[in-house]
Amino acid sequence: MAIAQETPGITAPRPEVALATMPEPRRRRVRPPQTLIARILLLIVAIGVALLLIYPFAWLLSASLKPRGEVFDNALIPKTFSPSNYVDVWQQLPLLAWITNSLGIALLAATAVAVSSSIVAFGFAYFRFPGRSILFGLVLATMMLPGAVTMIPIYLIWKQTGLIGTWVPLWGMNLFGSAFYIFLQRQFYLGLPRELFEAARVDGVSYWGMFWRIAMPLSIPSFIIVFIFEFQASWNNLQAALIYLNAGTPDQFTAPLGIAYAMTRYSPTNGGHGDYQYVMVAALVVTVPMLILFAFGQRYFIEGVATTGRKG
Amino acid sequence: MAIDTSTATRPSRPAQVGRRDRYRLRESVAGYLFITPWIIGFLIFTAGAMIYSLVISFSDYNLATNSSTPIGFANYASLFQDPKVATSLSNTLFYAVMAVPAEIIVALLLALLLARMSRGAGTFRILYYLPKMTPAVATAAVFFMLLNGNTGAINQGLRFFGIQGPQWLIDPAWVKPSIVMMTLWTVGGTMVIFLAALKNVPVELYEVASLDGAGPIRKFFSITLPMISGAMFFNVIVLSIAAFQVFDQAFILYWRDQSNASPDAALFYAIYIFQEAFRQFDFGFAAAMAWLLFVIILIITLIQVKVGNRLVYYEGER
Repeated sequence: MAIAQETPGITAPRPEVALATMPEPRRRRVRPPQTLIARILLLIVAIGVALLLIYPFAWLLSASLKPRGEVFDNALIPKTFSPSNYVDVWQQLPLLAWITNSLGIALLAATAVAVSSSIVAFGFAYFRFPGRSILFGLVLATMMLPGAVTMIPIYLIWKQTGLIGTWVPLWGMNLFGSAFYIFLQRQFYLGLPRELFEAARVDGVSYWGMFWRIAMPLSIPSFIIVFIFEFQASWNNLQAALIYLNAGTPDQFTAPLGIAYAMTRYSPTNGGHGDYQYVMVAALVVTVPMLILFAFGQRYFIEGVATTGRKG
Repeated sequence: MAIDTSTATRPSRPAQVGRRDRYRLRESVAGYLFITPWIIGFLIFTAGAMIYSLVISFSDYNLATNSSTPIGFANYASLFQDPKVATSLSNTLFYAVMAVPAEIIVALLLALLLARMSRGAGTFRILYYLPKMTPAVATAAVFFMLLNGNTGAINQGLRFFGIQGPQWLIDPAWVKPSIVMMTLWTVGGTMVIFLAALKNVPVELYEVASLDGAGPIRKFFSITLPMISGAMFFNVIVLSIAAFQVFDQAFILYWRDQSNASPDAALFYAIYIFQEAFRQFDFGFAAAMAWLLFVIILIITLIQVKVGNRLVYYEGER
């Protein structure tokens, strides 16, 4: 989902990830079905949908294990197992470089945006200053701005700096905070008891100390949520890589750009030999970290919700 | 905003007033310092970029010299002369009109299904969400194979039922439905928002309706739908904005190499902006296109908000 997906550098905030990982509310359910038959029918439909949605993953896994001629045969269990794909792919494609680049950019992007958004969010949450609500309204308004509008001038700004072709345009904007994350962190800080900070103030703690030594440690769970959201958005970002890295050599690409490149390279219409099994291996290798991240992020989100829940 | 209790006590001496003013001032200064990163970013990458973009859209921008010559409305005029602008715009509208309702309906059906499950809903919620975690490139690469007209798994499945599937990715009539299908695979995010809304519908409403003899369909339209209209509103707006900027899947399937002779049916607006800017380097024209898109999205969002305000039921309202 993509309000800001198209903005190079700052990538899609995903509110639904937050909701996806929330623990089930304990309160009540919408009419649990009464009869056993209804219950079984629902389960069958749910399993059917799950199989349908999981099928492309199974197909991908299976295709990644097939030799060239069989990639398209749609057999879920390969007729000929070709696990050597997983060895050869590293020679065939600069996959390791792509992953390293994507990982480096995603770590920088996620760290930068999580720290900067936290600082800004604390400014909006704790301090009273003239124009605060107008400025915060402006923060929220920027969430609705289509990325396509600023895409071109932002490219030209980076061009002036001579940093095109480096990683900087893919994460540098994250140093200035991002609206959705500022909103998220501010919500968290507003939930912290104000007395905590007043007490620290009496003890002579500086404003920065209040943020760095009190607010930050308490907000680690929501900090990690921001980090994970942005990591995923950055890892998946194709458009920014296309704009800023496409002119370089293939080993400068990120994983999404690399896969797009590999699809073209192996395409028979471009003189390739249809070695799509390597594309499938690469697609799988790039997807697995996201699935692991999801499993990992879920735990932290539940912790985060528990922390905010405790104060009420 | 809660009023700070520490400043609520009245000062007894003028010296304290001065101290309190100094405290206030210091707090304001600190507040501004904390939000400074955002202010700088906003001035450069949002406000600055928008103004810059507006200027470029009225200029002939030369990339080699980084200079622009003002040419008035020429870029905007050529928006109407270039038939590809109209094509890409109508493609995008057509896609949005198909994709948004399809996503809403499928997501709502899945959410209703999970909301009614007494056991295992959490597991299914995670399973349904997984496709959303998949990078769009990987999704496109897999569907590129699945949707192949001759050997793809989808047509193979259809043949099983005696249906001859179309040439999904080649036949211009099926290009957009193919991309809608890819989008539907990742509908888990929208579903989760609906699911959260469904959980908040008071169960008593259904009980009262049952006593009044309302059937399941009546209950859905009279209770469920109004009670989740807030989530519906949010989803429609967010999905519409996303649909108008559809890029990744179509780009990977059709436009990743310059030589590709792709069907006009796959030329979406965001792709055409990208091509004009970063392949033709006609930044002035592309910036004008971007502003047209901005105005269109703004108008559609405003209409949605206006309609939404009449239809959406907010629990806090009396």
